[in-house]
Amino acid sequence: MRLEDLLPSPEPVRFVAADGTGTASHGACPRPADDRLVEGYRRMVLGRRFDTQATALTRQGRLAVYPSSRGQEACQIGAVLALRDDDWLFPTYRDSVALVARGLDPAEVLTLLRGDWHCGYDPVATRVAPQCTPLATQTIHAVGLAEALRRNGTDGVVLALIGDGGTSEGDFHEALNFAAVRRAPVVFLIQNNGYAISVPLARQSAAPALAYKGIGYGIGSEQVDGNDLVAVLAVLDAAVAHARSGHGPYLVEAHTYRMEAHTNADDATRYRDDDEVTRWAAADPLARLRTYLSDRGLIDDEAVRTAEAGAEAFAARVRTALNADVPADPRTLFDHVYAEPTAQLEEQRAQLVAELDAREA
Amino acid sequence: MSTATGPGELSLAQALNAALRDAMGDDDRVLVFGEDVGALGGVFRITDGLTAKFGEERCFDTPLAEAGIVGLAVGLAMGGLRPVVEMQFDAFAYPAFEQIASHVAKLRNRTRGALPMPMVIRVPFAGGIGGVEHHCDSSEAYYAHTPGLKVVTPATVEDAYWLLRDAIADPDPVVFLEPKRLYWSRERVDLTTRSAGPMGRAAVRRAGTDATLAAYGPTVPLALQAAEAAAADGISLEVVDLRTIVPFDDETLMRSVRRTGRCVVVQEAQGFAGVAAEIAARVQERCFHSLAAPVLRVTGFDIPYPPPKLEHAHLPTVDRILDAVDRLQFDDEPDLRHTGMAA
Ligand SMILES: Cc1ncc(C[n+]2csc(CCOP(=O)(O)OP(=O)(O)O)c2C)c(N)n1
Ligand SMILES: [Mg+2]
Repeated sequence: MRLEDLLPSPEPVRFVAADGTGTASHGACPRPADDRLVEGYRRMVLGRRFDTQATALTRQGRLAVYPSSRGQEACQIGAVLALRDDDWLFPTYRDSVALVARGLDPAEVLTLLRGDWHCGYDPVATRVAPQCTPLATQTIHAVGLAEALRRNGTDGVVLALIGDGGTSEGDFHEALNFAAVRRAPVVFLIQNNGYAISVPLARQSAAPALAYKGIGYGIGSEQVDGNDLVAVLAVLDAAVAHARSGHGPYLVEAHTYRMEAHTNADDATRYRDDDEVTRWAAADPLARLRTYLSDRGLIDDEAVRTAEAGAEAFAARVRTALNADVPADPRTLFDHVYAEPTAQLEEQRAQLVAELDAREA
Repeated sequence: MSTATGPGELSLAQALNAALRDAMGDDDRVLVFGEDVGALGGVFRITDGLTAKFGEERCFDTPLAEAGIVGLAVGLAMGGLRPVVEMQFDAFAYPAFEQIASHVAKLRNRTRGALPMPMVIRVPFAGGIGGVEHHCDSSEAYYAHTPGLKVVTPATVEDAYWLLRDAIADPDPVVFLEPKRLYWSRERVDLTTRSAGPMGRAAVRRAGTDATLAAYGPTVPLALQAAEAAAADGISLEVVDLRTIVPFDDETLMRSVRRTGRCVVVQEAQGFAGVAAEIAARVQERCFHSLAAPVLRVTGFDIPYPPPKLEHAHLPTVDRILDAVDRLQFDDEPDLRHTGMAA
């Protein structure tokens, strides 16, 4: 493979400027079809509303913690739109919006953050791996699953999400190398939101862009404006097609910004100033797409209202589900530790049951 | 620390911060680094203000890679520096385990003493704070089972300060386990003097005559509560705070158990093959003839750490400790305690 074929564009691919006007810096990628962009808009409205709702639920004590996706919706919706139903997604804790955009039950998505259980949805049925917290560890799992899909004779593709900070972990580099050597049908999407909690990208990496991290491993790479859904989808379409057609992995870096603090428990004023946040607010992915689509007559006020009403109804569903008190049963703690509980676990379960019975009596 | 309230009252987190500040002030070789320890001051604010006071050269954010952080510390220690690194949470230290187990723990031994590894690996550990998965592991047994590492866990504000000072001054690598749920506990302390012994010694936190509760880190306050509750029922429990898991202070614990004749070990970690098992074995090997009952353990269950809504069912409680005390066969046998026949 020639080095030129691996190199990302010198500037991030962009179809739509921050003010919603079209630009021409998108190289070879074709523009995704209109109906997919309109669908992308609908899901972004929904995703944004879901995110606001989840943040509100932390204030009401309904969620233990919530890492917001606000500002990163174009990346997360773009990732979901680029995949077929039988493809797999490997998300992080940051990517709840991607999961609801993929159609997962929001209450099941929030099970982890609500503190009811670890993974609340069925990863096999949804083809979404459990949201991963130990950074970068999911990327190598994605490679393994991609290889399994190929061994099973399907043309499925795996898309692994990772943050800018996560690219510093050794596992990420092992994943890239394995993927390349084994030609796994996997796409890595780095959501570079500028920070790993408090640590800005400049302290994380001295690379000209994170997109260059693929090259040393022989992986074709691209960088994209992560707040431009049209560009994200165009680039991911190409990346997924590349992987699906047997050409091996692909790496995409999306330049975006985390509008909220790391989580509701974080105090972002300790490490970044409001001016920076204000500047990025002007590059909002949702407003940008709406302007772009309405300027082209692809959505009108009615379509905007319908999307917003749908999102509002969705938020109401989330509220109802999360405001219901679902009792967590301690007796279930011993389930699924092994296929069959060990004798010791049975003994411990009996001990706990006796304790609970004594308390109830 | 700017947030200190009245004179002398400090939280455990603030005492750790003071220990780092004083150690850095006393010895230029001491470096503090890890994830978010600079501008943010660490997610628990243990390194708050250190970059401002000592500059980027002395306290700095690293790229996000735990194996890298500890590996860098190995090289720095080889070069004569004294790294104090922060692992952000217990489970996020696992990527560093190879560096810790294969190098930090062994370099002194492999090089016949030419390359000692004086460093401190600080790990906020254990649960009880409603943390989601991977944020509440009790990982002490992994470290305690690795020869070459010292393993320390403070339970009081004063110990947080002095044990960390000792750990930084120690010629060997110390895994310093900070019980997260005690970070916010406050005490009036005078850090210019110390009331408990140095690292390596256990401390009797409450004197008692009927049984010994051995605890460390997050379970020490729990053991004290249990002793308080038992006292109301006329049972006198002695509470030994182990403070240092490795090297283990057999002497203090055995002296206590030989007197009380009964022992319950309390740990938050899952029980199987845990530190409490080691302690129970040591007690029965050394105090067999003084024991009136088997040494019992109160531990977490042998399950992955549960989600926030269920952690209360997993964690040792005062009731579970008192239940164990009840099972120490006070009624089964003639009470020899006051006859001079017990050792
Ligand atoms: C192995 C590991 N180390 C540390 C952490 C603690 N931690 C959680 S999120 C985070 C920052 C991650 O930054 P980035 O990869 O950029 O993702 P973002 O949160 O910005 O989406 C850190 C340090 C972790 N989850 N896993
Ligand atoms: Mg980031």
